[in-house]
Amino acid sequence: MATHEVTFPITDPQEILKLRAGDEVTVQGHIIGIRDRTQIRIFDQGVEPPMDLSGSFLLHTAPNVRKVAPGRYEKICIGTTTSARMVRFTEPLGAQYGVRAICGKGGFPDEAIEPMQRLGMVYFAIVGGAAALETTQIEEIEEVAWEDLMPECLWRFRVKDFGPLTVGIDAHGGSLYHDVQTRATEKLKELYARL
Amino acid sequence: MSTDITTDLQQTVEDAAAHLYVWSLKDIPQDLRDALDAARFRETSVAGKRVLETIHRNVNVADNEKNLVCQDTGIAVYHCRVGEGFPLHPARIYEALRDGTARATLEHPLRSNAVHTITRENTGPNIGYRLPIVHWEFVADWDGLDVKCVPKGSGSENMSFLKMCVPADGVKGIKQFVLESIVGAGGKPCPPGIVGVGIGGSADYAMHLAKEAIMRPVGTRNPDPIVAQLEDELYALLNETGIGPMGLGGDVTVLQCHIEHADTHMTLNPVAVNYQCWAARRASAHISADGEIDYDRES
Repeated sequence: MATHEVTFPITDPQEILKLRAGDEVTVQGHIIGIRDRTQIRIFDQGVEPPMDLSGSFLLHTAPNVRKVAPGRYEKICIGTTTSARMVRFTEPLGAQYGVRAICGKGGFPDEAIEPMQRLGMVYFAIVGGAAALETTQIEEIEEVAWEDLMPECLWRFRVKDFGPLTVGIDAHGGSLYHDVQTRATEKLKELYARL
Repeated sequence: MSTDITTDLQQTVEDAAAHLYVWSLKDIPQDLRDALDAARFRETSVAGKRVLETIHRNVNVADNEKNLVCQDTGIAVYHCRVGEGFPLHPARIYEALRDGTARATLEHPLRSNAVHTITRENTGPNIGYRLPIVHWEFVADWDGLDVKCVPKGSGSENMSFLKMCVPADGVKGIKQFVLESIVGAGGKPCPPGIVGVGIGGSADYAMHLAKEAIMRPVGTRNPDPIVAQLEDELYALLNETGIGPMGLGGDVTVLQCHIEHADTHMTLNPVAVNYQCWAARRASAHISADGEIDYDRES
């Protein structure tokens, strides 16, 4: 399994296509924090996001922050939430806004595999709960929009050596989650027979 | 007993709660650190090792930077053992725990997660109607108070499961349900964690017991040898599923399986699963009748 360094936002789709499920990735550049209520506003309430999402890396997060000035926040502790709740937004994020990577914890169910393959997107698995480390890799909160949704705003972070991430779902139809569940379901039959 | 002393004791319990909430979020117990280290050395999958190495780095960063281990400050859950002679009524102990939770949230500050369950509007600094949640135990012939704070992350709490097995399903039914629950949960509850299982009692009490089970120090065993044997068996079976760290596949799916049980009706066989993530945060305080606090990370 290969290791990669990718800088976001990307302009070359090849950057995504070279990644395969299981690969290790470190991310540089800018990433955008997003969560349940942010995506409900965009897609269920039809409000255009006030940030450019093309080529972007989205992180499923609702950070602990300290307000230091109007519209300015300092990080306290920034970690990652469970992705599965937000899987239905995958297709429109890619198709309407050009999002290229979604990062969270716990994985996406199989319904994300087809749109990610069709649209050239990847799912990155971060280590859930490892927020103290993640916070050190976020250099600055550069921008925040929709503060009324605090902490589920749209956040723009500048990151350095963000990771290590594991490619959970790639743009070629590969999914570690699908593979693990398939093997575990087979294994359960064997375990039940032993009970 | 004068009113003054009672008020001071309420302040003491509030101080203890405020300290415990923040402390538990930053400094995980030694038994958990040991279990995570053992998992890191045992794991053979590449992705699983990467996860466990990252967890190890993260715990060290939290120590060095005095930061929270995980950003999810959870739902504040306390377990109280109240001696019959402790000179503060549980009604006031509850107020003190609520006020301490709110104070810690505002002073640190911590992310506030509490919302009205229908409107989803924030209800305050990690407090609200019936929040925090307190488990009570009353102890005869004692005048102390033990408070254990267990901030419960939502990723793992969302992976809670209940089944009313029938008596004919037997222990095999219990084992199957726990196995299918943990395989179904996959990476969502931040494995490898502690699988809390509650068996017997009633539907609600089984889940209550499952929550009590996750509050125990990692690897402790139920005092009933029959139940302890089931803990050993389930622990081994769960680690054969291959779900692995963060659900990416591997040898270590759970750090432990803890079971709490209650006797039940002859027609009932309830089994509840409550998952605790790898960041299984907890911290305790022993408070004496005269208001001395002895903080304890390990119990």
